[in-house]
Amino acid sequence: MAKRLTVSASPHVRSNETTTGIMLDVILALVPALVMSAIYFGTRALVLTAVTVASCVLSEFVCRKVMKRDNTLGDLSAVVTGIILAFNLPATLPLWMAAIGGIIAIVVVKQMFGGIGQNFVNPAMTARIILMVSFPTAMANWVVSGSDAWSADAITAATPMATLAGAQGGNIAAVSDSLPSIAEMLLGRHGGSMGEVCSIALICGGFYLLLRKVISPIIPFFFIGTVAVFMFFAGGGNIEFVIYQLLGGGLMLGAFFMATDYATSPITKKGKIIFAIGCGLITSVIRIYGSLPEGVSFSIILMNILVPHIENLTLSKPFGFVKEKKQKKEVEA
Amino acid sequence: MAEKKGIVKEFSKGLVAENPVLRLVLGTCPTLATTTSVESAVGMGLAASVVLVCSNMAISALRKVIPDKVRIPAYIVIIASFVTIVQMAVKAFLPALDEQLGVYLPLIVVNCIILGRAEAFASKNPVLASAVDGLGMGVGFTVALFIMGAVREILGAGSFYGISIPFLAENPMLVFILPPGGFFVYGIIMAAANRLAESKGKPRAELRGCEGCPMAQNCALNNNKKEEASA
Repeated sequence: MAKRLTVSASPHVRSNETTTGIMLDVILALVPALVMSAIYFGTRALVLTAVTVASCVLSEFVCRKVMKRDNTLGDLSAVVTGIILAFNLPATLPLWMAAIGGIIAIVVVKQMFGGIGQNFVNPAMTARIILMVSFPTAMANWVVSGSDAWSADAITAATPMATLAGAQGGNIAAVSDSLPSIAEMLLGRHGGSMGEVCSIALICGGFYLLLRKVISPIIPFFFIGTVAVFMFFAGGGNIEFVIYQLLGGGLMLGAFFMATDYATSPITKKGKIIFAIGCGLITSVIRIYGSLPEGVSFSIILMNILVPHIENLTLSKPFGFVKEKKQKKEVEA
Repeated sequence: MAEKKGIVKEFSKGLVAENPVLRLVLGTCPTLATTTSVESAVGMGLAASVVLVCSNMAISALRKVIPDKVRIPAYIVIIASFVTIVQMAVKAFLPALDEQLGVYLPLIVVNCIILGRAEAFASKNPVLASAVDGLGMGVGFTVALFIMGAVREILGAGSFYGISIPFLAENPMLVFILPPGGFFVYGIIMAAANRLAESKGKPRAELRGCEGCPMAQNCALNNNKKEEASA
């Protein structure tokens, strides 16, 4: 009984989880995809990643200094934003464009709204969209993985998404010559953004995050599930078409790493389901009916904007809460 | 001397403190639509300024004749006449500018800066003061449009007044001449104008009803409200 009674303010139970720890886990989960992209696109993939990470970290540092706020480099969120941004870019992108992307992500999207946790859309995703709108040709310069992205005459090719957009009503046979095999889709031997090509690496990273409980399975499951169901019907029941749609484009990267961003996804379970289904629907609608071959980035941004409303509508009821009956307005005397 | 100072004040308030676009947030539509290049931005600013000065003078001169109940239609008729004159002049002498501005030139008729100045200032003040007020507002509008047009054209098209700038012309950031870039530049310049006004001891423009408006002190609507409250 010699122990003294400590009196302290709540919270009394604390978790050892820190932002830095979570971000480290995310970085670890991104490593396999980074290694695969280095294998496919050569050292340029690593240089591009280094540039975006440096640009993000530097912008964060300078921005916090100028705004006279605490230095938040230690939470590593800028590093994660940099890596994810690089994953969303074609490996051939001029390096200065990539650096601009990092500045947009951190300064405009994140710090102007108050820093980590305050951004209302995903920084890396928004930076990618702004780059895509600004430099449409450079951002669609896909090289076939395996060719050296440094050389000016690297072989360029349509992404599987662009090819699939030509397959009317899921008629894969019509375009099968220009499509990679499913094994190639899984391993990443096809055109696309630097980090999105190797689905297996991304899925492994995603499962690592699920095991570590960094992300909840709800969003990836419903996001990918909605796309699968939609494509099943859009493709007239063609399973092969569904598999190509799931493995192609940025779906795996988006569903596991970007839609699950804490700051820009709903907290409530119901909210997460609505959010993920919305993402899936918009992605599928853009892919099938839109003029762009890929819609993951736009779908995530659009649903990000809706998150506050989704959360408002799906707030959980406190135990024993009874809804107030609407009282008739008293007639003013 | 005192009167001279008053006139200078009527002119200078339109530049920063009560800048129609950046502080009163009026005329947003032509601002966003015509600032894709410096040329069309300045053209729009000048055309609107001419109409603003002329209509302010005419409305001020007629302020005792126009019945209160039909003042808005009367103002619109006066403004529309001047817009028609300006439109015909632009069509005759600057057909290229006319093509660039397109529908936004005739739309000056319903430009809320012009109607706003007519209602808030010209209908209550003598001719000279109204003319100077219109000139100040017009210059403020034109300068704001010029800055926005310059930023958007340099970054978005890699040129300035049609003259291409080396490096930038080959890799323009298209987003700046598209609507989202317009809103972005608008917001940044607005924030800068707010800061500038604040550093001169003027209140910040904020979203808090009539009180947050930079014009609150000499606004007829606000004064009426105050009188009602005190009565």
